[in-house]
Amino acid sequence: MSKVKISTLWFSGCAGCHMSLLDIDEVLIELAGKIELCNSPITDLKVFPEGGVDVTLIEGAVANEEHLHLVKEAREKSKILISFGDCAVTGNVPGLRNGIPTDKLIEDIYGKGTTTNGELPYDVVPHLLDRVRPVHEVVPVEYFLHGCPPPAGVIAKAILALLDGKEPELVGEDLKFG
Amino acid sequence: METITLTIDGRTITAAPGQSILEVAEANGIRIPTLCHLEGLSDVGACRLCIVEVAGQLVPSCTTQAVDGADIKTQTDTIKVHRRMILELLFAEGNHVCSFCASSGGCELQDLACELEMHSVTVPYSYPRNRIDATHPWFLIDRDRCVLCGRCVRTCAEVEGAHTWGFAERGSSARVITDLAADWGEAESCTSCGKCVEVCPTGAIVLKGASNAEMRKDSDLVARLTERRDHE
Repeated sequence: MSKVKISTLWFSGCAGCHMSLLDIDEVLIELAGKIELCNSPITDLKVFPEGGVDVTLIEGAVANEEHLHLVKEAREKSKILISFGDCAVTGNVPGLRNGIPTDKLIEDIYGKGTTTNGELPYDVVPHLLDRVRPVHEVVPVEYFLHGCPPPAGVIAKAILALLDGKEPELVGEDLKFG
Repeated sequence: METITLTIDGRTITAAPGQSILEVAEANGIRIPTLCHLEGLSDVGACRLCIVEVAGQLVPSCTTQAVDGADIKTQTDTIKVHRRMILELLFAEGNHVCSFCASSGGCELQDLACELEMHSVTVPYSYPRNRIDATHPWFLIDRDRCVLCGRCVRTCAEVEGAHTWGFAERGSSARVITDLAADWGEAESCTSCGKCVEVCPTGAIVLKGASNAEMRKDSDLVARLTERRDHE
């Protein structure tokens, strides 16, 4: 049986969801025999494999032009897309900048009093979007893993269900934000 | 004693006249989700989460009287769709970010997202930017976490008798205010009893200094106080 291809992406988030993914303990051993982890911050591979993947987990909100490009590519190249954690599902903490003009944000954080003098290297750093958005506001999403971060048990339950060809049963406490 | 007979979700139930549908359902172990309702306070039907179907109409069960012969349904697909949309709108209207909220883990809104299986909010979030009022020495209000249930307003008026809390403005500008929109710390009518903190279902009104997930409310306080008062 060929391995199930899984990608994980990291947008505007703190990496806590990926930490929680690595926190699924012995399930990792089971997954190792069944999945191929493709492009992911864990493998440091940057591009989707040819032919796409079965599942992509997206941590973080859509906050800059690179995220916007990648989220659309992820949708095209994944059979199943999962919003992975509160930032991807709701915008969470990154979304709190919404309502502040991005010019002012850049000026306040990277402007006067810092070594950059407000000049950002936009040739390598993507522009911020004017509004941080949850993933499903940009592309359709199949499943939502709640939590900041999602508990390891919920992540394991969802992935194992998908490997069995079943719908993940996300109910009750599984849907707790925060 | 005069009684009435009605049907809830196909069950035949006997009740006393004058009871609300919600009271009858709760007395018979039938769960209806609520948010603005609080035992011990008057009911106002503000949040609409307790809607039920009576003769094809959606009505709030807290403010609708149970009448003889009524056929009430509490869990139809129509009700579920409407309850979830109401909940999504509540989330979208504020900044209900659980990850750094004092009330996380003890929040009625957070619990409702689980109960009503709200996987995502399908309308755009509005990201309001209200100023946090931390002028009171012990308590603060983050209006971006307020769901306008009015439990603070009713508790302050009906139980404490101070009438400090009230509503101002309408629609998406509506907010709860202290005195005539004075800073809470300057509100002379406030007795600093703290009951509004205990009854607030979210992290809108909290104790100062409570960090993430540290705030736990005692919302049964009002029921205990009013019960004792009735027996005086």
